Amino acid sequence: MRIADAGLDLQLLAGAMPAAIVAVDDAQWSAAAEAFASAGVRLVALWGSDRRDLGEGFVVMAAYAAADGLACVRLRAAGEPPSYPDVSSRFPAAARMQRALFDLLGVRAHGADDERPWLRHGAWPEDFFPLRRDADGGRSFDVEQERYDFVTVAGDGVHEIPVGPIHAGIIEPGHFRFSIVGEKVLRLEERLGYVHKGIDKRFEGMPLGDAHQLAGRVSGDSTVAYAWAYAMAAESVAGCEVPPRAAWLRALLLERERVANHLGDLGALGNDAALAFGLAQFSRLREQWLRTNSEVFGHRLLMDCIVPGGVAVDPDAGALERLRAQCDGIEGEVRTLRTIYDEHAGLQDRFQATGIVTPELAARLGLAGLAGRASGQARDLRVDFPCAPYDRLDVRRAGDGRGDVAARVAVRFDEIAESLRLIRAITQQAPAGEMRRELSVESAAGFGIGWVEGWRGDLLVALEADGSGRVRRCHCHDPSWQNWPLLEHAVIGNIVPDFPLINKSFNLSYSGQDL
Amino acid sequence: MLFLGRQILKAGICTEKAPEPNDAWRIDGERIQDNVLRLLGRALTIRQVDAGSCNGCELEIHALNNPYYNLEGRGIRFVASPRHADMLLVTGPVAANMKIAVRRAYEATPEPRLVVAVGDCGCTGGIFGESYASCGRVSNVIPVDVAVPGCPPPPLEILRGILTAVTAKQP
Repeated sequence: MRIADAGLDLQLLAGAMPAAIVAVDDAQWSAAAEAFASAGVRLVALWGSDRRDLGEGFVVMAAYAAADGLACVRLRAAGEPPSYPDVSSRFPAAARMQRALFDLLGVRAHGADDERPWLRHGAWPEDFFPLRRDADGGRSFDVEQERYDFVTVAGDGVHEIPVGPIHAGIIEPGHFRFSIVGEKVLRLEERLGYVHKGIDKRFEGMPLGDAHQLAGRVSGDSTVAYAWAYAMAAESVAGCEVPPRAAWLRALLLERERVANHLGDLGALGNDAALAFGLAQFSRLREQWLRTNSEVFGHRLLMDCIVPGGVAVDPDAGALERLRAQCDGIEGEVRTLRTIYDEHAGLQDRFQATGIVTPELAARLGLAGLAGRASGQARDLRVDFPCAPYDRLDVRRAGDGRGDVAARVAVRFDEIAESLRLIRAITQQAPAGEMRRELSVESAAGFGIGWVEGWRGDLLVALEADGSGRVRRCHCHDPSWQNWPLLEHAVIGNIVPDFPLINKSFNLSYSGQDL
Repeated sequence: MLFLGRQILKAGICTEKAPEPNDAWRIDGERIQDNVLRLLGRALTIRQVDAGSCNGCELEIHALNNPYYNLEGRGIRFVASPRHADMLLVTGPVAANMKIAVRRAYEATPEPRLVVAVGDCGCTGGIFGESYASCGRVSNVIPVDVAVPGCPPPPLEILRGILTAVTAKQP
């Protein structure tokens, strides 16, 4: 389904990615959701903002990934208290986004089944809505222990295992409530939001030219992807086109981030299936990779390398040659390790048919990114909407239809190989020229979108500028919002000891969804 | 199996030398530093607590377990429970939603109950600062012995921070 088929008068947005926006009323909002859902279009994000000071009331936005770009549908939430029609009955992934929207803005989806808080635990009162313009974000409150109504499973021999928020490893915090019988998981309910640190509120009033630093710290493992998406949104608002060399270097950074994360995950997955050898080998390769990042770009995780208007670092020909040579070395080692993984019976026994998400379920619930591609969802922004330089690189999309841990491992191996090919091509073909163009943000006002295929999946940055060079509202959306609920499905019927393995095979972000 | 053995041999041993402690990171007046590492018989156990980080610091703490830093080879181990830990390694600004959990982890840790705050957020609150949702620096919530700056600090600096907390202050 194409954007125009929605029957709405969408206005094209300037920027690197194809996107359009339209203001609708309640009936059109629901009709658009219905039309997109029945055509199999995916909901990318849902968020809201307070525009009462501009006489526009509270605004709720939904972004859908149509066949020819992103359709942003904008609704003024009417009534007192303000509300809008629920879309979670058509897009189950919207349920938690709607709950978060209420916690932060006090705008309710009417008709939604689940009205429990999501990001608000006991740390601020229920009548304090931080994203309202008149709310003082600097206020602090007494933290209270919250009571949260988990869904209980009853029956003979059923019991609960509560896990977290602090987990038994070096992992981000979150709470998992397992209902089990024997060793088998009957149900998992996630309770996230523990690392909510008020990022959306923190963005308010930041200079447009500096806020990429905050975007780059929404989820540290995706700092390049977020910084690029933020920069893309800021450039879209300011009407700035980045120099060609900067676009190529951005892709170089993004592919290096993808390889680093996949190397880390492949090692951890081997370790979670009791092959410590895998962790030792892959973590050695990852360390070499990060050290090269530090030497060439000045930062191991590549933070703050992408800035609005371009990039902050411009490697010379010698450095690019070095990056190319490193690809050859790593490629050989990864190939050897893949053979070892593939032929290791014990490992494959743990990987195969574990934590399955069928392609049908993945499509219905909107499984995004890498995990989606491992469950037959053929989507990758680098292929579907290739912005520069991907339009010149002919990216090959990885894919697998099995939907189990083994498939998510296979997709990671395939994506490493493809990213190494892309890095080689970029280091050879990147055009010469300036690396950064000044962004004229002083008078920039309006709305811009950044949409980037990070290593985990597509992430979105929606930016409103206030006309005086500052951020009015910035919302960062992580694909983990879509994928966390799928993890609850993937573990059903599996044994509890396989949960860490299944969880790692998705490796979703807590910080990215808690904001 | 043959491939596996050959790969281990080919990769060899890449472990590097441990860094020296950095006295500048000690938070003064907290306690008299002793050579805890010696008392513990080179068996330090650490419970890592993400109190609200962006996950960047966790990635670098993970790296401490890779063969280059070989943490376990130095007798330092990450454990699953604060009750088994000599030290808490805390990252992030303390998210308000994590405040109770962080306090409880601290109370559950037996003496000497060392605390090392890792990263700019742990040291100062970092880019997130203090707000309705963030309590800022770790020492706003629990006592801290050593604070390691950096966004994120590289693994070597985190290891330096850990060693600073368990060795006596240089005269």
